[in-house]
Amino acid sequence: MVDRIPSGTRDFLPDEMRELRAMTDRIRAVFERTGYGEVYTPALEYETTYARSDMHASRPAYRVFDELGNVLVLRSDMTVPIARLVATRYRDAEPPLRFSYFAHAYRSVRPQRGQSREFLQAGIELIGAESPEGTAEVLSVLCQALDAAGLETYRIGLGDASLYPALLARFGINDADRQERILTELVNGDFVGLQTEVGALGLSAEDAELLLRVPQTRGGPEVLKTLPGPLESAATGMRAVHDLLAPAVAGRIIFDLGLVRSLGYYTGAVFQVYDPDYGVPIGIGGRYDELLGQFGRPLPAVGFALNVERLHIALTGEERGRSRRQLP
Amino acid sequence: MTRLRIAVPRGALFTETLALLDRLGIATEEIRENDRKLLFEDAGIITMRPSDVPTYVEAGAADLGITGKDVLLEQSERELYELVDLDYGHCTMVLATVAGDDPAAEALRRLGAMRIATKYPRIATRYFLETGRQAEIVEVKGSVELAPLTGLAEGIVDLTASGATLRENGLVVREEIVRSTARLIANPVSHKLQASAIDALLERLHAL
Repeated sequence: MVDRIPSGTRDFLPDEMRELRAMTDRIRAVFERTGYGEVYTPALEYETTYARSDMHASRPAYRVFDELGNVLVLRSDMTVPIARLVATRYRDAEPPLRFSYFAHAYRSVRPQRGQSREFLQAGIELIGAESPEGTAEVLSVLCQALDAAGLETYRIGLGDASLYPALLARFGINDADRQERILTELVNGDFVGLQTEVGALGLSAEDAELLLRVPQTRGGPEVLKTLPGPLESAATGMRAVHDLLAPAVAGRIIFDLGLVRSLGYYTGAVFQVYDPDYGVPIGIGGRYDELLGQFGRPLPAVGFALNVERLHIALTGEERGRSRRQLP
Repeated sequence: MTRLRIAVPRGALFTETLALLDRLGIATEEIRENDRKLLFEDAGIITMRPSDVPTYVEAGAADLGITGKDVLLEQSERELYELVDLDYGHCTMVLATVAGDDPAAEALRRLGAMRIATKYPRIATRYFLETGRQAEIVEVKGSVELAPLTGLAEGIVDLTASGATLRENGLVVREEIVRSTARLIANPVSHKLQASAIDALLERLHAL
């Protein structure tokens, strides 16, 4: 009989480990150089810690009882543990605070989908820095980390989590159920379903068209120029971030008005890392200005997490493409 | 920029999909002439079973794809963008049983659950859950109509366009579950990175 391992988990053998380690070492050097000291927190947290965040997609999937009957969870991200760490170990420290981490997170998987129950994240959190400066700094570190990893063709989608809800509110769509249904279609990427939902709102043709067009609007800085009035404040925020970016970073940005992160705690800027050699995003990030307040230390915050294995797959894909192109 | 790769379903949607691609200015002669070939590099097209289209598109092996809403509902957990209702391939997912007294209703009343054969176990499971009825779902891969005629199940959940196959087998539609049409889907990363190519295609599509 062969002893199996749980679906969604893997063993890592020396060839792969050597490559992963070399890549994370290069990323770690960037984090250290930019002032993000590495922290580590327990893989197990009390469930009550996670219950403080409005968790949605980051809901912990694995629970165990300790010997006293407390419910412990395997961490599903590093943002919540670091929020706890800041509120307890850095209670009186002068912000801004900068931390990096390399740690495994644990999520539930759908069967037969090649998803990981356990995955390594490399990321940073910048606590106590407002937008746009803080957001621009984190995007800059993100690009340096991806450059150091060796990725060449990556792009970063930049959106604003508050944009679409603000647009709905502007059109007087305040019914929570209805908002939820519309946002669910968006999170699911179902634009046909969105059309049905929006069609049922009884808006003018022009307003309905705007609700359908905005989430499919993505591209260079020109997309911010043509935004109608209700979106002006979100657009101003994105423009302010963009203006602070060095040209090399700004050139990587795709403005994406349809970027709706399903993680409950994001409040403003949200971003995703894409590479043409891999069909799924390799990292996510954004502002979570309300989360620290839930832990008793109200501070604005922003961070990102790269999925190290996906980064490695994208890097391998790029290298394969480059060697193909070098053939005569 | 590289050219878009489109996953095209062979089967019931094949002919109308090729007609649509023709009207969009994508050359399909080679595809019509080749029954066995699967990859048409020049046209940027790959062909496959409809139920495999979401798999290729989700992984980014194709940037765009065309498949039925029935397939998307059955694979609802996939991370895809559903961009356009293409308004062809109209059909309906139905609950059907043999004509006459409804044996499924009788099974539900007397046995507490009905046995339902289907190629769409997830759609069927969700439907009976939502309508508050207990059902034992029996998954089959084809010729679902056989199940209620042989005693494998009391009813079937299946897709029907004209109802001809159901009638030929002495089955009648008891309930309509959901209507389906062909949909244009996109890989989310391609949707960002190939935005101008995809938007240009959508524009031509809306202009038809």
